[in-house]
Amino acid sequence: MADPQFAPGEKVRVIDAHPLGHIRTPFYIRGKTGVVERFCGAFPNPEELAQMRDGLPPVPLYRVRFRQNEVWPDYRGSANDVLEVEIYQHWLEKP
Amino acid sequence: MVMRSHHDMGGLPAGPVDRSEHDYEDWERRIDAMGVVLGQKKLLTVDQRRRAIETLPPEAYDTMKYYEKWVVALGQTLIQRGLITTDELKRKMLEVQSRG
Repeated sequence: MADPQFAPGEKVRVIDAHPLGHIRTPFYIRGKTGVVERFCGAFPNPEELAQMRDGLPPVPLYRVRFRQNEVWPDYRGSANDVLEVEIYQHWLEKP
Repeated sequence: MVMRSHHDMGGLPAGPVDRSEHDYEDWERRIDAMGVVLGQKKLLTVDQRRRAIETLPPEAYDTMKYYEKWVVALGQTLIQRGLITTDELKRKMLEVQSRG
C-alpha cells in the first residue's frame, strides 16, 4: 500500500482536474476543501481496475467532511450541515 | 476536453425520485446473475462495468433501463476479454431477432 499522507482532522483540498477514464471523485467536489474524518483503509485503484488492470499497490482511501454551504454556493440549509465523500489519496492535496 | 462527464450529475437539478417498487423481469435476473458469475471469475469488476456504462452516449445513458446498461457493459467486457467476438454477438442477435 502507498503510505497514508493524511491524518484524521487534517485539512485537505480535492484536486481540481478532469482527466479521462472512470473516476470515483465526483465532479461537484473537485477543488473543494474539507477535513479528513477517517482513514478507511487501502484499496486497489478503481481507475486502474476500470481498465482491466490490477490497481496495485492499494491506494489509501479517506472519508472527507465538507461544509454543505461551501460545496453548494446557493445552499439554504443549516451552516452546520456537512457532506461526507470517500476520496482516494491521489485526489487529495494539502490546501 | 469535456469537463464533466454526462453520468457525473450529482448536484444538477433533477425531478422527484420515483420510489415505487417493481419486480424484476426474468432477463434482468439473468443479467444480474451473469454479472455475479463474471465477478467471481475475476473477469469483471464494478469499475469496469461503470466505465463501460459511463461511455454510453448521453441520450442512451438517460433512456436505457438499469439492466440494459448492464447488458452493454457485460457485452463489452466479454468482447474485450476475448470470450466472445463481435461477429459472434452479431450473429446471435440476428438469430434472436429472426425468432420474431
